[in-house]
Order: sequence, then structure tokens, then C-alpha cells
Amino acid sequence: MGAAVEIVDVARRFGAVQALSGVDLMVEEGEFFGLLGPNGAGKTTLISIVAGLTRADRGTARVLGHDVVTDYRRARRLLGVVPQELVFDPFFTVRETLRIQAGYFGLSNNDAWIDEILHHLDLASKADANMRALSGGMKRRVLVGQALVHKPPVIVLDEPTAGVDVELRQSLWGFIRKLNRDGHTIILTTHYLEEAEALCGRIAMLKAGKVVALDTTQNLLSSFAGLTVRLTAAALPDVWRERVLRHEGASYLLSLTSYAELESLLSALREHGVAIAELALQEADLEQVFLRIMKRTG
Amino acid sequence: MSNSSTQLSAEPSTKLGMELIPHRSGWRTLLYKELLRFWKVSFQTILAPVLTSLLYLLIFSHVLESRVSVFDGRIRYTAFLIPGLVMMSVLQNAFANSSSSLIQSKITGNLIFVLLPPLSPLDLFAAYVVGAMVRGISVGLGVFLVTLWFAPIAPTHPLWALAFALLGSMILGVLGLLAGIWADKFDQLAAFQNFLIVPLTFLSGVFYSIHTLPPFWQTLSHFNPFFYMIDGFRYGFFGLSDVEPGLSLAVIAVSCCVLSALTLWVLKRGYKLRH
Repeated sequence: MGAAVEIVDVARRFGAVQALSGVDLMVEEGEFFGLLGPNGAGKTTLISIVAGLTRADRGTARVLGHDVVTDYRRARRLLGVVPQELVFDPFFTVRETLRIQAGYFGLSNNDAWIDEILHHLDLASKADANMRALSGGMKRRVLVGQALVHKPPVIVLDEPTAGVDVELRQSLWGFIRKLNRDGHTIILTTHYLEEAEALCGRIAMLKAGKVVALDTTQNLLSSFAGLTVRLTAAALPDVWRERVLRHEGASYLLSLTSYAELESLLSALREHGVAIAELALQEADLEQVFLRIMKRTG
Repeated sequence: MSNSSTQLSAEPSTKLGMELIPHRSGWRTLLYKELLRFWKVSFQTILAPVLTSLLYLLIFSHVLESRVSVFDGRIRYTAFLIPGLVMMSVLQNAFANSSSSLIQSKITGNLIFVLLPPLSPLDLFAAYVVGAMVRGISVGLGVFLVTLWFAPIAPTHPLWALAFALLGSMILGVLGLLAGIWADKFDQLAAFQNFLIVPLTFLSGVFYSIHTLPPFWQTLSHFNPFFYMIDGFRYGFFGLSDVEPGLSLAVIAVSCCVLSALTLWVLKRGYKLRH
């Protein structure tokens, strides 16, 4: 297997903001790859550079070996992108939108594939409806359809399930999984970390324009094995403050290395006379791993 | 699952993608989209400007027919007015088409659908400009047809008229594309249209022959490229013009080449399109 997407030393600055600082990344063909990071980490900028929407200050990006600048025609034919913004052309129906998008890639007479996309995205009944008449979730699914209309071997999904209800999200992921099984490389950015954990074989985490973690999902989960405690209490002893992953009002999310540490925490709370309103233990999941990595690289 | 899907899953991914790559450009689809876009709102994009031009003809011909003599009285003022109005409609609507399409796509964000596919700068240029030319010439033809009832004229040099209509609409289509790329909001585009395009077309000899102007304004008119478009187009109808039609054709051909080269360079750089 070769590289579906290869990013070498890519950097981009917008005014005073260094959006990307020398990112290196390789996504293998056939992978289901997750690109995670907090807002402003540089995920969308990186995707935009691969898609040719943004130009890098330095570095190169290739799609299946084709440079996105010098060989952009081939690179773009091999790539399908679902943009993050919910955009649509109000002049056209759903079917016209998909036909026109296929035509931009030089494809015509591919109504069979368009019908299949409409079926899988549960849009068949809306094929002749104007884009303006669709709900937000439907418009999002049309965006997915537009990215797939030329059957690209590499598909980038930038927050594809934002605003899509749970049931349709499941059917959408079923379709994307099928495309992955059929050999399509999938690159996903999402804020739903449980989705990334369930779908992605490998994950890169970006922070402030740099890759701060890159490994298989399983390795990430096991390397950050441990427990987290959700604690609701009026205060927290100072010695435990460095273990806080997240803090909202009286609710704390704390990391523990083992069950034995729980006793230390409870003792500290008793010594300081802090009453526990609620306490829950959790095994590490991708969200905890994400929070720990972001905190560690703070 | 349909057969196409079964076929999909049977092939390795790279081959799958390459297999589906067609050997033709998508610019024709972008042109089709541009035509469909204005056709779907044809009341606004075709019929409204035809009506506006008809009102100009009714008012100006009623007020000035007996008071204004053009080309030493060899043609009626109403007849003189018609080619000017036709060409003004061609120019203004060609500009409106490419500029409004691009700014709408930029502001609503759907321009991304055009930027993601493998369309070259020349593809984008050709589709937007030809779309603008079709809209401009459609409106011009509409104006010509409805004004025939007031003064039945026919071009005596149809190839000259056609050459000026094509080149004029192309120049304004290119200018519209340039303005659409440059403008970040509708207000900026309206300023471009209202403070540049409209004055230059109104002051280009649509409603008068420049020989009726004082010498200073006559000289100034020669610096207005729109004057050459109107005057040359009118030559195609009457065989009469304020300047040599060959000179007019040369001026607008050179303008067209310069503007096209500039716009292609801007598209290639991705100015305000690819950040």
C-alpha cells in the first residue's frame, strides 16, 4: 500500500497566527484516519491545503502521489472533500446539485451512482426539492453526496455529522464504513470523539499547528491507560489541582493512574472537609486521552 | 446495491479512482450551471432589463425625436437610439452576470464547489465569461426584437455588429469576473457597477452622437472604451459612425486582450479565491 495523502513540512501563517508549523503526516491507502484537535489547531487549514483551497507557505502535499499544486488536476480528481461550512447553491435542486458537481469533474451520465448516493444518504425523496427547502441535516448530507459524486479514492470529511441527528448519523457512518471497506481512504475530523474512537484505525492530534500525537487508536488508548474520576464538590485540595483535565463550576474531571490513588483522593477531600456531591469512575476513552495529550502539550 | 457499487468494491482504490477519471474538462458544466442560474430567474435577468430599455426608448424618443438631428438628419433619432440601447443592455447584463454569480458564490460560500474540482484558471475564465456573453447577447436580442415595432431597422453590416456585440460582451464579462473576484461584499460590487460601469455606458454615446458635444467632451469621449463599443455596433446597423469602425474594433480588441490576460493571471494566482 502506498500513501493516499502525504504531507511534508507544511507550514502556513495567516497574519500573526501560525496556523501550521511544519506538519509531517502520511495517511496510507485504505485507512480510516482521524484528525483531531481543538478549535484553531489547524485541522481545516491542513485539509484546505490538501484540497487546494489554501496555499502552503512551505512544504508539499500529495494525493496518491500527485502534488496538489503542480499536478492539481489529478490530485483533485482523486479527492472528495466534505467542507465544514454548511453551504449550498440556492438555485438548484438536490439532483441538479449532484449532477452539476459530477460535471465539474468531467463526468456525465452517472445517474445510477447519483441514485445510489441519494438512497444511502436517505435523500431519494428529496431529489427534486430545491436546496433551500431542506433542513440543516439534509443539506449536510447533500454535501457528503457532492464529495462522493466522482467516486474519489480519498475522501476527507471535515465535521460531517455536525447538525445531523443520531439515527441519520448512524446510517451515514454505515455508508462511509462501506466506502472504506470498498477501498476508499477516509480522513475524518470531528468533535465527536466517540465517533473517532469507533471508526478510525489511526489518529493524529493537532495542537497550535503541530502534530502532538500520531498512533493507532488502540495504542493511544493503551498508552494513556488509566482512570478518570468525575467529581462534583465545592472545592478541590491544591495538591490535586494538577490532575484536573477539565473543570466546570463545581464539576471536576481528574486523572488517576490506578484504583489505589482513589483512596488518596478521598482522604485528601476528608482532610479538607470537602463534601462530595457526586463521584463516578470511568475507564480511559479517547476523550480522556485527547484531554490528557492537550494538557500535556499545553 | 446497484451494479456500479459492486464494481466499485471489486477494484483496488487507486485504480478505482483512476478508472473513473474522464478525459474532458468540467468547464462546460460550469457554463451550463451559469446559464441555468440566470435562466431560472429570467424575469429578473432577461425580461426586466428588456423592459427598462423599452422605457428608455419610449421616453427619449418621445421627447427628443423632433428636436435632435443625428448624422446630419440621415436617420431618425429613434432608429439611432435602438442600437445604442441594444449594446448598452448587452454590456450591462454581461457585467451583471459574471459579477453577481461570483460574488453570490463567494458570500454564500458555495464557490468551494467550483474550487474543489480540477478546473483550471482557463476553465473558470471561459465558463464565467461565455455565460456572461450569452446573458448579455440574449438581453440585447430581446431589446432589439421589442424595439423593432417602434423603428424597423436591420443591420447593414451584420458581421461588424456581431463582432462588436461579441467583443463588447466579452470585455464586460471579463470586467464582471474581475469585479466579482475583487469585491468582498455586495456594496463594493454595487460601487463598481454604479460609479464605473453605468456612467461609462451612459456617457458613451448611447443617447447622442458625440459630434453634438462641445469639443472638450468630444475629446474626453475618446478615452471612454465604451464609446468605441457603442459607436462600432451602431456602424453595423447604419454604416455610419463617429469614428472609423476599424479603429473602434482595434481599441476594444486590445482592451479585451489586456483585461483577459490580467484576469487569467489573477485566477492563476488565486487572488481572493484560494487563500
